[in-house]
Amino acid sequence: MRYVTVFILSMIFWLLITFRFTVSNIVAGAAVAAITSAIFGRYYFHNVGKFLQPRRWFWFLVYLVTFIWACIKANFDVAYRVLHPGMPIRPGIVKVKTTLRSDFARTLLANSITMTPGTITVDIIGDEMYIHWIYIRSEDPAVYSRMVTGRFEEYIKKFAE
Amino acid sequence: MAAVILISVGVLFNLFGCLGLLRLPDMYNRLQAATKCVTLGCCSILLGVMFHYGLGSAGFRALVAIPVLFFTATVAAHALVRGAYHFGTKMDKRSVKDDYSEIVK
Repeated sequence: MRYVTVFILSMIFWLLITFRFTVSNIVAGAAVAAITSAIFGRYYFHNVGKFLQPRRWFWFLVYLVTFIWACIKANFDVAYRVLHPGMPIRPGIVKVKTTLRSDFARTLLANSITMTPGTITVDIIGDEMYIHWIYIRSEDPAVYSRMVTGRFEEYIKKFAE
Repeated sequence: MAAVILISVGVLFNLFGCLGLLRLPDMYNRLQAATKCVTLGCCSILLGVMFHYGLGSAGFRALVAIPVLFFTATVAAHALVRGAYHFGTKMDKRSVKDDYSEIVK
């Protein structure tokens, strides 16, 4: 079942990238997608049934909108710090605990943190994420972990766990 | 018209990213500017390309490139930051906190 999901996704990706709906192109795409799913199929999507729950798609959309908004904010934030003559930075690496369990959800959270204002994920060891922050706003671990993970953690928990 | 605006915004953000690369003090802060501004700048340019060509062959390719760019840019940033820290790149004097040093000796 996992292999089928990977096959379908790679096939869709191939068709979008090449965008020619001739028979030869579709056959070539099927061959490539089959090889891809044979090699990488076992690494992805441990529970395919989750794809079919509408509730998860709803939270995914909420997450996507929040994510795009955070990205745009991040850009203005960096532009402000770069253009400001005094360069208001207060960088450092902070430790943040995560409650997410699955690898996929953690990867998504790490990627989201990297794209949000002023933070880059450096490493994940066990339950702890190490995050480089360009302007540390608080000294209290409880306050800053809330600021760093934002609402992403609860949204990702709702659709990916 | 929308295409021209989006491409201009994208080029502008790429410029901010490059300025950040020059102005910010250490490797970690520079990478912040490089990932964020350049990724969204390129996404904006790709969206502009999509508007310019319409939803045909080129437009769809530009649209598919956006999520691919997001995933590769974030993973590359993480790998570079981690690699730099393990290599021993110093953080700037203005840094106030470093929890990661407990782990990396």
